[in-house]
Order: sequence, then structure tokens, then C-alpha cells
Amino acid sequence: MTDTAWIDLALVSARPQAMGALLRYFRNLDLAEEAFQEACLRALKTWPKSGPPRDPAAWLIFVGRNSGIDKVRRQARETALPPEEILSDLEDRESELADRLDGSHYRDDILRLLFVCSNPTLPATQQIALALRIVSGLSVRQIARAFLVSEAAMEQRITRAKARVAAAGIPFETPDAADRAERLAAVATMIYLVFNEGYSAMNGPEGVSADLCDEAIRLSRLLLRLFPAEPEIMGLAALLLLQHSRARARFDAHGAIVLLEDQDRRLWNKGMITEALAMIDKAMRHRRPGPYQVQAAIAALHARAERPELTDWEEIDLLYQALERLQPSPVVTLNRAVAVSKREGPEAALALVEPLGERLSGYFYYHGLRGALLKQTGRVGEARIAFDRAIALATNAAEAAYIRMQLDHLAAEPGRPDLVAEKQ
Amino acid sequence: MLYAVLCYNDESVTSAWSKEEDDKVMRDLTAVQRKYVEAGKLGPVARLLPTTAATTLRHATGETIVIDGPFAETKEQLLGFYLIDCGSLDEVLDFARELSSANPSSGSYEIRPLALFKPGELPS
Repeated sequence: MTDTAWIDLALVSARPQAMGALLRYFRNLDLAEEAFQEACLRALKTWPKSGPPRDPAAWLIFVGRNSGIDKVRRQARETALPPEEILSDLEDRESELADRLDGSHYRDDILRLLFVCSNPTLPATQQIALALRIVSGLSVRQIARAFLVSEAAMEQRITRAKARVAAAGIPFETPDAADRAERLAAVATMIYLVFNEGYSAMNGPEGVSADLCDEAIRLSRLLLRLFPAEPEIMGLAALLLLQHSRARARFDAHGAIVLLEDQDRRLWNKGMITEALAMIDKAMRHRRPGPYQVQAAIAALHARAERPELTDWEEIDLLYQALERLQPSPVVTLNRAVAVSKREGPEAALALVEPLGERLSGYFYYHGLRGALLKQTGRVGEARIAFDRAIALATNAAEAAYIRMQLDHLAAEPGRPDLVAEKQ
Repeated sequence: MLYAVLCYNDESVTSAWSKEEDDKVMRDLTAVQRKYVEAGKLGPVARLLPTTAATTLRHATGETIVIDGPFAETKEQLLGFYLIDCGSLDEVLDFARELSSANPSSGSYEIRPLALFKPGELPS
């Protein structure tokens, strides 16, 4: 690390706290963001000389608040700036402020900040973009790159999201317990969306979107530090870690998709898996299962299998059944069909899959899995039609290439393993 | 005389490290350790998983309670540590409960899964 790298790190890690508090003061995202940026600039000027403050977040909040107030005053009328000594006289005030801003205060600020970004009136893509901009502090260029859109388009998307938040009016009071639980669920969903954005846009081993996955994991850890006894947040963090642990094995050297059962398990990130398994262990003790915990438990069974043939499909099938009860959805049933095909064969899985056709007719994995199951039962003609549909619905080149390979196999030789809905 | 060297840092900073930064820190630390390993002075090296993976068993007034997270009271000091190989969190908790009932004073046992362990070798 370079000499100033520690400053960048401190700014990144203090950002959610500082932005959360500044938003509480100013109740305006733009103003809070400008104030934070101003505070960061001052930090870059001051910290190399003075050393790191005792509590970087408190320092940034204090300086940011002063510069924000200053700006509001200047905008209201051309008032003279307060003397520089007052702005920079931080020694005593910083420690005073740090004492007042105890953990619980930070917690509500950060939660409120995350909640503002996961405002349900915003479409999912705007929620994610806003969270990455405001909470994570990624540049518009970075976000645009991850979403594969132009910088101008992303700038516009974020501006629109901010305008919508302002128009909706944000509740700024400290959330009560019931509110908090509701917000926590909304925030967890938003973090999951950030992760999925990175996961599905990744089209090669070095895909830029891996950054989004890392960022989502960082946010889930932050949330878990704020709410250390919430089993669903443990489940969320574990789920993201387990899915991301396979990042290096998901694509071959040419960028083609490698299915779960064909992946080189030595490439799976052992550290992430160990951490996730520890969290699932903790979550289970609470005996309050929820969708994230169950999905994490399914992913854990894959992670625990040293070889694909050692996978406990029976337990996975049971967990999917539990998930169907907790959160019924045709996609969950589709995923369960994979486990059923392993246990009872393709016919039984097809019986489960066929009734989903109406609701999943626009879903890539539906046609991909159905094609694979049909192929296994020898219904080659129908398999080809299903694969053709899947190709038309592929959202990236790697998906399309995978199905094309299936079609080639179909033409060349009958029977090769199936398309497992790979992300499970 | 054997010494324990315990590492403390701000987790919000260490968890903000990118993988590259983390790898670099671990490489640099390993380079420092190597010298002492070669001299036969370094024993076990362990890295703990983040505090989000921690569980604490607290022993007070004859009762034990289990809490998520590493919440030792600030007036409590780290007095020692065990390494134990258990199949599940419940098993470790049973071990901690036995320790706590053998120990007449109140206090807490923080359970932190390991991220890394190098046994090392010290002349006894």
C-alpha cells in the first residue's frame, strides 16, 4: 500500500456512517454528498500532516456538516464565510462528537441511508445505481461500466432516482422496531439485487462486475455488524459468499460457462466458504428459518461436496420444498426440478417443470433446463425447440454460446448431461 | 518464555480491503514470519474469521447465555485461548459451557472460527 492508501481506505469504510449522518442533517442527497466530498478533500489535505483522527467518521461528519451549512448559507444569501480556524478547530470537538455518536446512532443513520436507496417507488435498477453511488461511493463511470451503459445514461438514471426520492419525501425520524424489521428486509433485498447485477452481468473470469459482487458482500457484512443477531442477515451474507466463492470456476479460459457439476472445485474460494459455513451454523441456532438462510443452506450443500457425485440431492430437494413453502415461486420449483432429476430421473423432473411453462415462458433457464431434460429422455426434436427458445432469451453471449453447444451436441451425438440452473 | 502476540485492528478498515490489498498484506506478513520460522522461534499462527462469525457464551450468576457477536465487556481482558476442533457450533458451545462451569468467576468465552492455521514448530 502507498503512503496515502490508508486515507482512501478510511474514507471508504467511513462513508456509510458519514453519509448517513449528513443525510440526517441535510435531508437532501445532493447536499449530503457534496458535503461528504468536501470533507474528503479536507481529509486528504489534513490527515497526511496531522495523522488519522481518533474517529474518522466523526471527523468527516463534523467537517462535512460545517461545509454543508456554509453552502446552504451562501446559497440563501451571500454571507461571509466563517473564519477558517473555526472550521479546522477540531481537536476537542471531534472527541466530543465521537462520544455522542455511539453505535446505535450510527446504526440508524446507516440503515436510513440504505433504506432511502432501496425506496420501493424506485425501479430495481435505479435502487441499485443509487446505492452504489450514495452508499458505496462508486463513480458514475464505474457504475455505468458495471451496467454496460453509457456514462451519460447512468448519470441520468441516478439524477432521476434522486429526484424521485426527493419527491417521495423520506421519513427521517428514527425507525421504531417494526419499521426497522421492515426496512431491514427491503435493504437486504437491495443488497441482493446489487449482487445479482454483478453475478449475472459477469461474462468472463475477470468481469468488471465482480466489483459489484464484492461490494454487495461488503454491504451485507456491514449490515450484519449493525444487526449481529439477525439470522436472515447471516443467511444473506452466507449466500452471497457461497455464490461468489465459485466466481473463478464459473467460466473457462475462453469465457464459456462451466456448469456447477463440471466446475473445478479447487478453484472455489475456501476462505469465503469457511466464513459462510460459520455464519449458517450461527443462523441455524436461532431456529427462525427464512428464504436467505434456506438458499444459503442449499449452496452450502454444494460447497460441502468434494465431488459432484457426493452432492446430497435428497437434502437439497427437501430444502427447496421448504423454500417453496416460505417463498413460493415458479423459479424455486424449477430449481427443485434439478434436484428431482438427480434423485428420480428426468421424467419426474419434467412432470414438475411442464406446468410452469405458462409463467416461465420468458425465462432462459426454464427453456434451457426443459431442453436438457427432454434430451435426457431422448425426445430430441422437442429438446431442439426448447433450446432454440432458450437461445432467443439469453441475456449474454456466454449463455447463448452454452445453448449453442447443447444444440451442436444434439446434432452430433445423443445424450450429454443436463443444463443445471447453475446459480443455486 | 513464550509470548502470545495478539493482533487487533479496526474491522471496518480491514473488511474494506480489496482482495489484492488483503493478499498483499498477507504476503508481507508471511515474509516477516518466515525469518522467525527459520530461526525456530515461531509457533502456531492463526487468523480469525470476521467478528460477524463470532458467538459469545457469557457466564454470570450461575447461568450461561449465548449471544451473537464478540461482546466481551471492556473491563474484561483476554487471558488466554484454546484451539479446538469441533464439528459444529453447538459442540464448541458445549465445550465453552464446561469451561465456564469449571471456572468459578463470571466472564465470557468468545468463539471465533479460524480463517487460517499454521501449526508451526517450537522446540519444547
